[in-house]
Amino acid sequence: MAGTVNLVCTRERLGEMVTDLRATPVPDGQVVGENFTPADGCHVASGWETFSYQFGTLGSELWTETVNVVLSSISAIPYIAGYILLIVMFMFVWRAIKSFLTPTRDYTSLKTVTFGDESAVRSETAASIISIILIFVIWGTFTGSSLLPSFLHLPGPFTGEGSFTYTVEDADGNRDDAEVFVNVLAAGTASEETQVDAGDGFAKNDSASVTIYSSEIVSWDRNDDVNRRDDGARIVAINGQEFQFDPNARDDNGNLTDTAPSFTLDFARVAITDRGTINVSPDPGWQMQPLYLPAPEVVWSRFIEIAKYGYQNVYLTVHLGFSLFRVIVGFLLGAAIGIPLGYAMGLSNWFRGWFDPIVEFMRPVPPLALIPLVIIWFGIGEVGKIFLLFLAALWIMAIAARSGVSGVRITKVHAAYSLGASRWQILRHVIIPNSLPEIFTGARVAMGVCWGTVVAAELVAAEEGIGKMITTASKFQNTDIILLGVIIIGIVGFGIDMLMRMAERRLVPWKGKA
Amino acid sequence: MSGLAIDNISMRFDLPNGSHVQALKDVTLDIKQGELMSVLGPSGCGKTTLLNIVAGFLAPTGGETRINDHVVEGPNKERGMVFQQGALFEWMSVRDNVSFGPRMAGKKKADYMGNVDHLLDVVGLQDFKEKMVYELSGGMQQRVALARCLANDPDVILMDEPLGALDALTREKMQGLVLKLWKETGKTIILITHSIDEALLLGERVLVMAPRPGRIHKEYRLPFAEMGVDQDLREVKEHPDYGTTREEILTMIWDMEEEIMGRTEAEE
Repeated sequence: MAGTVNLVCTRERLGEMVTDLRATPVPDGQVVGENFTPADGCHVASGWETFSYQFGTLGSELWTETVNVVLSSISAIPYIAGYILLIVMFMFVWRAIKSFLTPTRDYTSLKTVTFGDESAVRSETAASIISIILIFVIWGTFTGSSLLPSFLHLPGPFTGEGSFTYTVEDADGNRDDAEVFVNVLAAGTASEETQVDAGDGFAKNDSASVTIYSSEIVSWDRNDDVNRRDDGARIVAINGQEFQFDPNARDDNGNLTDTAPSFTLDFARVAITDRGTINVSPDPGWQMQPLYLPAPEVVWSRFIEIAKYGYQNVYLTVHLGFSLFRVIVGFLLGAAIGIPLGYAMGLSNWFRGWFDPIVEFMRPVPPLALIPLVIIWFGIGEVGKIFLLFLAALWIMAIAARSGVSGVRITKVHAAYSLGASRWQILRHVIIPNSLPEIFTGARVAMGVCWGTVVAAELVAAEEGIGKMITTASKFQNTDIILLGVIIIGIVGFGIDMLMRMAERRLVPWKGKA
Repeated sequence: MSGLAIDNISMRFDLPNGSHVQALKDVTLDIKQGELMSVLGPSGCGKTTLLNIVAGFLAPTGGETRINDHVVEGPNKERGMVFQQGALFEWMSVRDNVSFGPRMAGKKKADYMGNVDHLLDVVGLQDFKEKMVYELSGGMQQRVALARCLANDPDVILMDEPLGALDALTREKMQGLVLKLWKETGKTIILITHSIDEALLLGERVLVMAPRPGRIHKEYRLPFAEMGVDQDLREVKEHPDYGTTREEILTMIWDMEEEIMGRTEAEE
């Protein structure tokens, strides 16, 4: 921009001298290098300063991020190791079981060298079954699923009643104990006011009710004879454990001089707040909250519910039907244009030269990057989404058809010419059948990409569709529906690929056998 | 019908680096109707280039090929091809492969099926005609290729190492089949091979070519092909002349190979 200049400014911030670079508009009537005077402590950045500042900032930010990523990865290592341990354990268990079964004696199982012989490595069905069951078991364990016996559950959140005592010291140094009765309620249970006996002394007993996974601040002094503000009373011990914390002791900047303590009791974590009140967080246990991960049976009953009654007035079949409709129409259009385009590129110098730059440029552009543009051009209706899927399929199919044509062995074409076939006959009887395996591979890839793209496109803008269902659900924090959507997307995507493979085996039996 | 005339063919093409390759230089040949000529030579002597020019897949830079008194300008069904491997159509059955030529010519099924069945019988594949070609062994596939070529009734058959990919035993059997088909059909055949035995056993005329530039080095007229029509090929190999001719050609090709190696080393 002509009216903008990069300034390097050095200024004090929080007691430190900080140098930074910022783009600043040049005021009207001033020209950089003539009458423009930067603010105090600033000067116009040279090209090198602009460059090095950008890369310095980028570098330091990326370094921070790298450290974050590495640290999170390291924290995942114990879990991964545990999972691998489970895998290996089940392997030994299964081998032990297998040694009691009649061994199979087919050719491959008689091979002694299997490590390194890819053809001897077959998918172990038992492993697949155990692995899938284990996923559900882990899922159930972490959600306290009713499908599992309760000894497999991780400890759930604490519910019920608990109590602890606190010791108050008033400004004169007198001490008194009182008890706090905490009632931890399961989600959805109405709280009832519990009346507790006030007890004697100037500190009175308190009661509080908390819902699981939340916390409650207990103003212990609301019923006591002394209070925090007026009498300078403060808590000096929890359950008899003494500590030194005075919320009124502050330094010149208003910061606390002491650190607020916290205690882990058998049913909750109790912390003294900066204001001197007590914060009670009941033990959340090891299970996941339904908001983060609902139990399998919850997802299943949601599935039944949505299948029967729909979600937000749209039936599941309609969501799924719209997504599949978009994928199929987009794919068919892409194939209808892409395959002839690929053939043209494979058969003619001119067409190859013409379309090579276009195809090679468009191919690496992910269709998702085009969503904003497509919405601007076509709106959020069907045309835009189908156009997007058309583009996704087009380049894949064109490239598949092109490589199918170039994969034709020249001897086949020569033989056909020598047998008197015309160009049209060679296209019809040699080139097209010969390229079918490649086209099928391309079609499988294209269908996969289209399915992924349609979900993403619906996430952005749609009235119905499986992706739209997920977006809506996320707005209402219906994690079970999000999970259900993810599972449906996975199953349908897998199903599409299986169907394509079946069609391939049926229609191109000579694939890989030439 | 007259034979095949290769008249002063030269092939010289440019390389991207500006130099050029003289693949063939002044090759002149006259092949009579019904002759079987085998072509031998070290690698790079232009055998396949010559065959591709005769087939019409390549345009020579000098000279011309004439067949039936017209100049070859492109592939045509009067010149059938048999390739080493992979020239069959995997998506068709054996019978559809063999009947490809007549079908493409738009002939009626009734008119060609008799001939196709007969040819499948001759090559011994009557029981396999409904199979897909990828279900056949290499030797069977080459028999399909021979039958497919014959079903189109070409005047000249050009064979580019048709038996090169087969194992030694199958190869001997197939050599007998080629001789039998040649005698029965009376076709003109040009056969390119790497095997001296094959060239001697099958070639009435044996052409030895030399490389750089590709040219005719020496030509033999041999009686072994005639003998092989009635006799066992192993008996033909026992003939005293067979050994001496074989030795002579072998030495010739060895010398050429050595000369190429020497020259390559000198160039480096």
